[in-house]
Amino acid sequence: MEKKVDVFLYGKKYSVPESLTIMGAMEYAGYELVRGCGCRNGFCGACATIYRIKGKQELHACLACQTKVEEGMYIATLPFFPLVKQVYDINKIKPTEQIMMQLYPEIYACVGCNACTKACTQGLNVMQYVAYAQRGEYAKCAEESFDCVMCGVCSSRCPAGISHPQVALLARRLNGKYIEPECQHLLDRVKEIEQGQYDKLIEEVMNKPISELKELYNTREIEK
Amino acid sequence: MYTNDMLESIKKVEATRGARVGANLRRMTAEEKDAVLKAFHPDYRDDAFTTLKVGPNKGEKVPVELAVLLEGKSRVYGKNINLDKIDYDVDVLVIGGGGAGSSAAIEAHEGGANVMIVTKLRIGDANTMMAEGGIQAADKPNDSPAQHYLDAFGGGHFAAKPELLRKLVMDGPDCIKWLNELGVEFDKMPDGTMVTTHGGGTSRKRMHAAKDYSGAEIMRTLRDEVLNRNIPVVDFTAAIELIKDEEGKVAGAVLLNMETQEILIARAKTVVIATGGAGRMHYQGFPTSNHYGATADGLVLAYRAGARLLYQDTLQYHPTGAAYPSQIFGALVTEKVRSLGAQLVNANGEAFMNPLETRDVSASSIIRECKERGNGVQTAQGEGVWLDTPMIEILGGEGTIEKRIPAMMRMFGKYGIDIRKQPILVYPTLHYQNGGIDISANGMSDIENLFVAGEAVGGIHGRNRLMGNSLLDIIVFGRNAGQQAAKKCKKVKLKKLTLAHVESFEKEVEKACGEPEKLSPMLLPSYARKGE
Repeated sequence: MEKKVDVFLYGKKYSVPESLTIMGAMEYAGYELVRGCGCRNGFCGACATIYRIKGKQELHACLACQTKVEEGMYIATLPFFPLVKQVYDINKIKPTEQIMMQLYPEIYACVGCNACTKACTQGLNVMQYVAYAQRGEYAKCAEESFDCVMCGVCSSRCPAGISHPQVALLARRLNGKYIEPECQHLLDRVKEIEQGQYDKLIEEVMNKPISELKELYNTREIEK
Repeated sequence: MYTNDMLESIKKVEATRGARVGANLRRMTAEEKDAVLKAFHPDYRDDAFTTLKVGPNKGEKVPVELAVLLEGKSRVYGKNINLDKIDYDVDVLVIGGGGAGSSAAIEAHEGGANVMIVTKLRIGDANTMMAEGGIQAADKPNDSPAQHYLDAFGGGHFAAKPELLRKLVMDGPDCIKWLNELGVEFDKMPDGTMVTTHGGGTSRKRMHAAKDYSGAEIMRTLRDEVLNRNIPVVDFTAAIELIKDEEGKVAGAVLLNMETQEILIARAKTVVIATGGAGRMHYQGFPTSNHYGATADGLVLAYRAGARLLYQDTLQYHPTGAAYPSQIFGALVTEKVRSLGAQLVNANGEAFMNPLETRDVSASSIIRECKERGNGVQTAQGEGVWLDTPMIEILGGEGTIEKRIPAMMRMFGKYGIDIRKQPILVYPTLHYQNGGIDISANGMSDIENLFVAGEAVGGIHGRNRLMGNSLLDIIVFGRNAGQQAAKKCKKVKLKKLTLAHVESFEKEVEKACGEPEKLSPMLLPSYARKGE
């Protein structure tokens, strides 16, 4: 029999195998999840969770699907957090400092408490990427925030009411569209296809008998 | 973190590593591939399949678990459904909030249609979000759409529908451009050249990526764009049945609020099914890399409405699911790990295959190494082989792992495994539904006004899909479905709504199979422990 630990789901005590994740523990306890469960692999941010170990002061945040249970965990999930998402036309905005001031002026009210960074379930330096956003350094903000899963825990801890994940997403879109270098070979290829330069080639392949295609496939040269 | 037995085996992996770096591992011949597939691929296990007794694919083979749902009991059965009380009235109804659904909604909106998304979880809770490795497109000078076609057609065992595959490869570069212009950050060189790698079965390096968050980067951008356009997203609401009009054309859906169980009616001139895959069906007891809602709902809805399925008997088992530790059992270890040079190595430290064979061949070869040759490493849940990740740092230089596959480093790091220093244990995991609903190149099924996009479609990839062709397919066919549905809805004059097709299907089921056992669609898997 595997060793069990006591955890407190929304304050109620359950004894669960120690190898389980928090999400696994909830299901072991009998919860049929609808909220607070998405990809179950640490990419979607649906299962943001806050916990404290009994007798200790520190508050922790994590993704329930990526975190093992510990003895004495007091667990509350955060299946939704009201982030502020400003609406904009990506084709009309430009990567200027002003755009952040217009859309997310509250970032300039950051008091530097670093609670966002301490709470990040992905271990990102959240306060740093917000600082980059304040200065209009969107490429740096994009890089620093890249692994964000938009779970919203950072914002739940922010005394200035900043919606960090949305700020970062805006920075990444600005970076991807306007700041990163254009890809010439991509633009060339799209144009060539539009002009019909590959129509004949593709028709030729499509019209070959299967036996010939098999031969072609099995002997095709593979780029090193 | 590893057990002592595992650590002993790792010593053997380390002992051969130096000699394996730079070694050219032979690829299998066509005959060798056929043989390993027939003997070890789960699709060839007869006892896991059954024959459909009812519907457009009557007499054809399907996984047992899917047959139960296709021939299951409708969720509208016994409920008082009032089709005159319309809760949502739209031009285009998109069912599903993943990459295909979001692309479809954006394009339908662009086409001037009044479009709405319904999704049983949240927008973005989808396999798209979890796609790690990348997206293919033939945009490099040494490549061409025809070369891409050949790779995908051969990799899919020459079974793809040519008109669909042609569209996939020809529209590929434009879709990368579209994503880039929406702000998706692709890995690029300082001069703008795309950083591209191989995937299993590619003959050119055409895998574009955003580190190993490729799907997440695409999905969060598409979601943001949907919200920027103020397209309504009705979340935590599942479609449980399609509605038709008196002329037999699809005209909406019956919806179910997942939290309150309230039934709602959506009327629409055209419907796009973008409900994704079926990993959570756990075919043959396999773990899965899929998201929580991957339960083949769209196939069930479409099948009851009379749409034909194609290749519903072929599934993709991703060769490298995490086999250890138990907390991440079945989770995806991106193929990019092999693209970057990690080899598949058995318990004795031998590289037993070229790591970049197609997925079905790789998965079968791993199963053979464990089941027939007894060269697997034992774990609590079963067994696995090593994926020798430290090779990546030797080949690509120190820091390559952190830069190119940070999500993998994080996933294993949480359990005390530093993939830069230690290899990881992998075994095939249920990953992708190769088959699905049959469509034409215009995105429409054989039921009028029912469009389908993404993993719910069958035929684009034939009987096996190459890495990076799914992210591409959801964008190509998602956009296409949205454009076509928006165009089509302008000509649609809706007649009186009906669920008669559900009733008559049920009668057929009862006649052929008796009273059905299970409610379908499944909506969500049931993981809660039921007492002891």
